[in-house]
Formats: sequence, C-alpha cells, structure tokens
Amino acid sequence: MNWRQAVAAGVLAVGCAQAVAAPPSPRPGSGEELTGTQCVACHTADYIVMNSVFLTSAQWQAEVSRMRTVFGASMDDSTAAAIAAYLAAHYAVAAAP
Amino acid sequence: MRRRAVIAGAGSAMLATQAGAAESTRIPADLPDGTQAIAEFADLPGKRRLLRLTGRPPNYASPIDVFTEAVTPNDRFYIRYHLPGVPSDGDMDNWSLSIGGDAVTHPNRLKLSDLLDMPSNEVLAVCQSAGNRRGFIDPHVAGVQWTDGGMGCAVWRGPALRDVLKAAGVTSGALEVWFGGNAEPPGVATPPYRKSLPMDKAMDGDTIVAIAMNNAPLPLLNGYPARLVVPGWAGDYWMKHLTAIEVSQSPLNTVWMREVCRVPSGLFAAERPFPSQAAGTTVPVTGLPVNSVIAEPLDGDEVTRYGFDIKGVAWDRGAGINRVEVSLDGGRTWQDALLDRPLGPYAYRRFILQTGPLHPGPFRLLSRATSLTGDKQPVRFKANPGGYNNNVPHPISVTVT
Ligand code: HEC
Repeated sequence: MNWRQAVAAGVLAVGCAQAVAAPPSPRPGSGEELTGTQCVACHTADYIVMNSVFLTSAQWQAEVSRMRTVFGASMDDSTAAAIAAYLAAHYAVAAAP
Repeated sequence: MRRRAVIAGAGSAMLATQAGAAESTRIPADLPDGTQAIAEFADLPGKRRLLRLTGRPPNYASPIDVFTEAVTPNDRFYIRYHLPGVPSDGDMDNWSLSIGGDAVTHPNRLKLSDLLDMPSNEVLAVCQSAGNRRGFIDPHVAGVQWTDGGMGCAVWRGPALRDVLKAAGVTSGALEVWFGGNAEPPGVATPPYRKSLPMDKAMDGDTIVAIAMNNAPLPLLNGYPARLVVPGWAGDYWMKHLTAIEVSQSPLNTVWMREVCRVPSGLFAAERPFPSQAAGTTVPVTGLPVNSVIAEPLDGDEVTRYGFDIKGVAWDRGAGINRVEVSLDGGRTWQDALLDRPLGPYAYRRFILQTGPLHPGPFRLLSRATSLTGDKQPVRFKANPGGYNNNVPHPISVTVT
C-alpha cells in the first residue's frame, strides 16, 4: 500500500493511535452534520474542540472564513454561515462587553 | 574538532539520565478546557508517551520531564505536521532530492548515497515550533494549543546545504532558497507545505540537510529520510521529508510564507531579518526568542522541606545563554541558578538550583533566562494574533511538605 492509499484508508503509522482514540465528534445540534462533513477533510474535529471554549462567535466566523480564503476549504456562503452559527452556539464564549 | 568534542559531551549528558526521575502524567491545567478534554498521552511506532494534541495531522508534544536533559531522545521527540499527509517508510525507498530553480546553472537530482558522500557536519540544535507554548497564552489564541513540549534538542548530522547546492551552481541573482517536502494526499485543497530561507541563512555552514538524528536515521515522524535543519530558527522552516530545493530570484509566494507564521513588524528583534518576505505590517517568524523551562519538579508535585533541586534548560536563537534565574515566590524574588557548560550556541543549556530548607506550604516556581546579547524573557507576552514566540516564564506550582 502506498502512502496515498494509506492516508485515504486512515491506517498510517499514526492510524493505530487513532484506532484507540477516535477523534471527537462535534456536539449535537443544528449544523453538526455540515460541520462534521466540511471541517474534517484536512484535520480532525480535534482542531475545533482543542480551540474551545475561548473564541467568540465573531472569532469563529473569522476561523471559518480563514479556512476558505487561506487554506482552500470550498463551501458556499450559506454553508459557511450555518457552520459559523453552529460553532457560535456550541463552542464560543460571549464577547467581552 | 571542537564541534565533535561538544557532541561527544552531549552524548554523555544524555546517558547520564538519572534513574527514578518522575514522568509527568498530568495535562497542564492552563491549557484551554477543550484541549484538556482531548489531549492524551499516547505511544506511536518508534515513539513513547507523547502528549497527543491532534491525531490528524499528527501533533504530539514531548512531556516536560524530558527537558532535564540537554539532548532529547528520538522516541520522546515531538511531532508537528500542518497537513494530514504523512509518508510511510516504504514511500521513501526511492527517495531523491531535486535541486533546481531560476538561480542555478546546473539543476540536478541527488540520491541518499550522494548526500552520504558529501562532507558532513554535525550540529546540536533546538528544533522549536514558533507556536510552542501557545496553549499557555492568556487569553488563549486559536491554533494548535502547544504545551512547552513543542520542541526538542538533537544532534543533527548531514551535509551543509551550501555543499548540497554546490554542483548546481548558484548564480549571483539568487534571493531565496525554496523547500518542499512530501506531497500531500488527494482531497486536501490546502497548498502543499513549503517554506523558504533568505540566502545568508541558507548558506550558513550550520544550515544542513540532516540524514541522522542522535546518531540514528531520522524517525519517520521527524522527517525521514532527510530534513532541513536551520539552527536558531523556528521549526517551521525545518522541512521534513525534504524532496525539492529551488534557488530562486524571487520570493516564495505561498500561504505558508505569506499568511502563516507571521508577526507584526518590529515586535520581536530579528538579528537576521528576512526582507524579501516582509510585507505590509508583518514579517515572518525567524529566530527563537530567549526561553527556559523548569522540567523538575513537575507542576503539582509535593517536595521535601529539607530542600530539592529545580532543573531545566534554557535556549535561544544562537546568541547563547548567559544567565538563568529562578524564583520560588511567583516572581517577587530571583536567585541565580547554576549553569551546566555550554554544548554549542544552538543547544539547550541545562540549569540547576538547589533550594535550601523551606517552610511547608505552596510555592510558585519560575525560571527566566538572559542571553549573551542581553535579551531576557519578558514578564508579559508580546501579544500577536498567531500566538507565536511565547517566552513568558511558565509557573510550576509545588507544595513543600
Ligand atoms: C482545505 C483544508 C481545510 C478545511 C476543509 C478546513 N480546515 Fe481548518 N485548518 C486547515 C489547516 C491547513 C490548518 C492549519 C493546521 C496546522 O497548522 O496545524 C487549519 C487550522 C484550523 C484551526 C486552528 C486555528 C488556525 O486558524 O490555524 C481551526 C479552529 C480550524 N482549522 C477550524 C476549521 C473549521 C471550523 C472548518 C470547517 C469550516 C475547517 N477548519 C475546515 C485546513 C482546513
């Protein structure tokens, strides 16, 4: 198996560890499914959970747009808005007054 | 000769690991809640007990207790990937390194045996991610939430980059050297990870293409079979699984230079700036700021009132460490620690402070290093949006019983 296949199958050297600890699944709620499909192609949902809970909803919105403009995540505006709303509802702190 | 002697010394320092030193089992309490919830100590093939922050791409921190020693063993050395492509040993069987770009006269391709035939250099150097200790920044900043284990120090061996480039004939118009590593798997839209260096840093004799780490082949997850070693500069430049080098007359234009790993201009003094990548109000992260960690005792430990040893390491961009001070009272008063002999400008310098007898109760330990050029760890984090270059002393709480 070459490494491209290995990556696809998720059985790299690091795959064994992943078998032990499955990456966290996003918290249930409206937008969960979109987030679970759009936000795990390049990294696990670890990246979302790891960065909680300290970003404001505006900062989450900025993260979603950074994924699109800097890192090439492709999704339409309404998908991005739904994901940002989901992250704001489940992983955000209130903005400082 | 001098360098060899230094390396031999480093090896014996490594062997002198004291028996019975405690292994940390705690996940630092100053990481964000979400990070604490997912972080876990884990073994990987060829790696033992690293703190997993993210599984894919793999980002694993060394536990703090490894930093009682000046050399970090390969199986405890941290792992840092930005993208999910991680090659297997087998993919590297036909490894070669292409040398090209519009500033060479004779592009060529080198095999591992070609690198082995070149004169080789050895450097004992700290590889530290620019985002090391991001997880301790208060208030938290988005990114991989590194503890202070996003770093390690190893003996790197391989030909100097300037020798690797010699046959290609670098022309006088060269501005930067560009580096590429393993290609990324299909399905990832992010541009492949690439970095560049200005000519003066690239041609420095200590910048090498390492094919050995601590006298062994590089571990797969640290860049096997060859990685760039850029002593004194952030690990982000140390391209793993190096496969392509281009010497270019123009600046490398990629998100990995233009959007990531940048700090506001003027916030950090750069002894060797990177003018071709300065843009707008920001510059790339380059040299490591002066820093230190306490590796013993561990946070949360109980220690004896009869006195105990406070041990750790200090390092910087290569100026060298001049002084390490330790505080037992959260930074109100400081005492000088004893420094081990220097093992080279880019290496960890060990320190130790033996406390006298103490009254029982809680103590807050801090260390603070000063470099030979007078740079000193600051009291407050120099805030920047990416959370880079955190070198604020990190408190260790212990209870004297
Ligand atoms: C096309 C690839 C891709 C997709 C799709 C993607 N990301 Fe990322 N993301 C990245 C890369 C690359 C990084 C930087 C990783 C590193 O350096 O460790 C990153 C980092 C992050 C970070 C850490 C902070 C930062 O900015 O570096 C967060 C949070 C994050 N992503 C959230 C998301 C969310 C939410 C989504 C879904 C809307 C998403 N990502 C989709 C590529 C992607």
